Amino acid sequence: MNFPILSAIVLIPLVAGLILLCLPADRRAWVRGTALTAATLVLGLALVLYLRYDVRVGGYQFIERYPWLPDLGISYAVGVDGFSLPMVLLGALVLFSGVLVSWNVEERPREFFAFMMFLATSILGVFISLDLFLLFFFFEIAVFPKYLMIVLWGYPKTRDYGGMKLTLYLFIGSVLALVGALALYFNSGLRTFDLLALEKAGFGVDFQRFWFPFIFLGFAVLGGIFPFHSWAPDGHVAAPTAISMLLAGVEMKVGAFAALRTGIMLLPEGAQFWSPLILILATINVVYGAAIAMVQTDFKYVIGFSSVSHMGLVLIGFATLSREGLLGAGLQMFSHGVMTALFFAIVGMVYDRAHTRDIPALGGLARVMPWAAVGFIIAGLVSMGMPGFSGFIAEFPVFLGAWQRAPWVAVIAVLGIIITSAYILLVVRRVFFGDLPAALVGQVGDASGKDKGVILLLSAIMVLLGWFPSLLTPLVESGVRHILALVGGA
Amino acid sequence: MAWLEAHWLTLILFVPTAGALIMLILPLRTEKSLRGFAVFFSLIPLGLTLALWARFEAAPIVEGFRFVERVDWYSAIGSSYHLGIDGLSLPLVLLTTLLTPLALLASSSIKENLKAYLVLFLLLETGMLGVFLALDLLLFFVFWEVGLVPMYFLISQWGGANRHYAALKFILYTMGGSLGLLLAIQVMGLSSGTFDLVTLFQRWPTLARLDLPLGLSMSTVKAITFWAFVIAFAIKVPVWPFHTWLPDAHTEAPTAGSMILAGVLLKLGGYGFIRLVLPLFPNEAQQFAPWLAALAVAAIIFGALGALAQQDFKRLVAYSSINHMGFVILGVAAAALTWRAVDSQARLDANLALNGAMLQMFNHGLSAAGMFFLVGVIYDRAHTRDLQDFGGLYAILPVYGTMLVFTAMASLGLPGLGGFVSEFLVVRGAWPQLTLATALSMIGLFFTGAYILKALRLVLHGPLNPRWQGVLTDMNRLELVVILPLIGLSLLTGLWPSWLLGMINQAIATFF
Repeated sequence: MNFPILSAIVLIPLVAGLILLCLPADRRAWVRGTALTAATLVLGLALVLYLRYDVRVGGYQFIERYPWLPDLGISYAVGVDGFSLPMVLLGALVLFSGVLVSWNVEERPREFFAFMMFLATSILGVFISLDLFLLFFFFEIAVFPKYLMIVLWGYPKTRDYGGMKLTLYLFIGSVLALVGALALYFNSGLRTFDLLALEKAGFGVDFQRFWFPFIFLGFAVLGGIFPFHSWAPDGHVAAPTAISMLLAGVEMKVGAFAALRTGIMLLPEGAQFWSPLILILATINVVYGAAIAMVQTDFKYVIGFSSVSHMGLVLIGFATLSREGLLGAGLQMFSHGVMTALFFAIVGMVYDRAHTRDIPALGGLARVMPWAAVGFIIAGLVSMGMPGFSGFIAEFPVFLGAWQRAPWVAVIAVLGIIITSAYILLVVRRVFFGDLPAALVGQVGDASGKDKGVILLLSAIMVLLGWFPSLLTPLVESGVRHILALVGGA
Repeated sequence: MAWLEAHWLTLILFVPTAGALIMLILPLRTEKSLRGFAVFFSLIPLGLTLALWARFEAAPIVEGFRFVERVDWYSAIGSSYHLGIDGLSLPLVLLTTLLTPLALLASSSIKENLKAYLVLFLLLETGMLGVFLALDLLLFFVFWEVGLVPMYFLISQWGGANRHYAALKFILYTMGGSLGLLLAIQVMGLSSGTFDLVTLFQRWPTLARLDLPLGLSMSTVKAITFWAFVIAFAIKVPVWPFHTWLPDAHTEAPTAGSMILAGVLLKLGGYGFIRLVLPLFPNEAQQFAPWLAALAVAAIIFGALGALAQQDFKRLVAYSSINHMGFVILGVAAAALTWRAVDSQARLDANLALNGAMLQMFNHGLSAAGMFFLVGVIYDRAHTRDLQDFGGLYAILPVYGTMLVFTAMASLGLPGLGGFVSEFLVVRGAWPQLTLATALSMIGLFFTGAYILKALRLVLHGPLNPRWQGVLTDMNRLELVVILPLIGLSLLTGLWPSWLLGMINQAIATFF
């Protein structure tokens, strides 16, 4: 059977989005039903991918390739390997969860869900692209739904600022990356954007060293690399819940993934040369992000900065260019995606009921929202890197990689763990325990059935992965093998 | 049956987790059914442990351990699910599986969120057992950390007035201490290519070269990793000066939490010293043994003095744990100093000290759990723990008084009860090499007597405080069910220590 499963994964949300825009605006049931059907289909297909990918064979599978602009060497080429498949699965999971937690969106639900679907197409497209131009195409089309969703449905006080800041940062990043991509295209002499062909182009060392920062940093801005991270907390906080989930949970991975797929894998010599700098920046991410999260009084900002901190570990894993580091980075992208999606989902549930995110004005919510409390605690434990949860499984190999490349990174980054523990425990205590403020008594009810489903699904994944790492590690490992072959192992 | 034999330890380890999950799913509503369920699920591991004990001698030995299980776990980084048991771990497994049901029975004053409480308690049991059973360094660390979570919530949700502060201090202290352990484990695993303990015991002590860009000599790396291990375990034991989390945590924890904290969690640290530090770092342990001994003496003396100065009954018992656990470390230090000596007399001394340290852990587990339970019994009735508020209670609570005297004497080390045998062994083994330290610790023992007698005098003797006349009731049958096994085992160990020492000694002979 040659069902074009990857194309289906990308096209289903796109088509669903278009259908949504054609539906009558007042039929909320149709709107939600369409969105949920599309998200469920995508999740189902992603699961099929996960189950049918052959780890023993490895490499890119489910490949589809059609000429697009043959004169320019551009083709529609898609495929997944062990590294990108978990990202597709993550994207599908977060999309599905995002639809469920947005069930009761009051304001223009039709457009809301439609834009969310377009964003999903963009995200999933980047992960499966085997063509540099196609990757860029998918990467860029995210800008419109992202910006519009923040500005139209975001937090009224900061949405204009947050949306604009996010867009400008990412725009500058992608301009840099685009310049780099064009340089690759012209220098290779192959007249193709095919990533697999460009991997073998054999760029000169000086060329690689010069252009690596353009491509890597250009994409890594979306991954939240220090000092270009500050769009992330502002953008996440300004966005509506489901978009925060997709932004922090998956879009940041899109940035990191693209930086790896193009920067490191096409310019391995450049990566070797610049890895000390990336290690420094990423280590700052880890410790500084955690320290800033510690002093936030806005519930959502705490999580926003925690993402900056955790993405640092992904980037450290990349920069070690070692088997363990890359394995850890791949796992951390998945683990952090699930975790932060759950975090933002719960922050949203709390905000919808309490109408405030000010930590001092919250408290005692465990009594009225036990599911949200337990889900937040589990996500918090993942965030702390607590053994028995997916965060540990992911962070441990990152540290193993760091020891091999630059031991000081391991020693400093470990501080991030203890700071994270402190702020997570403090937030849990201040928001969920203690006394319920008088203003909230009788105002706050428990999570809805769909919210509970999301909490259960995402929590279960993190716990299962913590105890059964082999659910994901062989897959990621097979993807890492290909990357290592390119960077020459370390 | 063959399947059971092959998965015995997994069953012991995860039956409590399974029980916790079942309790979460089942719509148990009544208090009685919840408590019954939890106790039932905690009795299964106890039964399994006793059955394992019965067939322990007959079980085949693989690389020094029995009932070994090994399957792939995190094979991408060279870690496996490797369990095994020997004479060092079995007594502590028994202690854990015994104290958990007793602690659950001692939780009758917990009414609020009972289900969550019981679920956390069962998860805690799995965490503790995992530490004793793991034969893979990464797996060891997983269980080492994961047990902190339920304990944190037990203290912060069901503890006393200052519980949030105490719980946070407890978890951050322990996690902070574990960071060094985590880094050290990573270095060891990377340089040895495996996290398997049995392999590491062979490879790590003799490893001459490190393949990491550290720029440090191998001996420096080993010394640093040694101290990383020591500090992590010393915080847990706790050894002076890393002990300050303990009085707070104990004072604020609910009674059952204190029983487990003192009875088992502190043993995790001592077990870490004996299972990991000594075999993995024989040279460093020998080199730094005098330092360890000094810290142990400080713990013994300051722990006793600290206890003597307390007015709060529970705080007094908390400080007594520091005092008693000091002897474990003293035994470890003595063993570290001489167990590889050529002289057979010195090796015998080391052996005695290590036997004593192991036995002291078991005994302290019994007596400390008993003491915390008895403090809880009186606190539940009187709602105060201030020693000055009591007085003359023996007259109105004869059963309670008898139990308290008995348990306190076990704690004090009265001959005929467990504590005497183990402290004697430690002192006897440590004396030839660490004479000064041992002599000083004897002075500490004098203060031990002083604070215990002070507590007994203030609570039980003297004129009866009239406010308790007719108010306090004596121990009920359920409370006797909790305390009697502890006293009985302490008596058994005092009179016939070889029921445990035979097995401990066999394991020590294998490893040391």
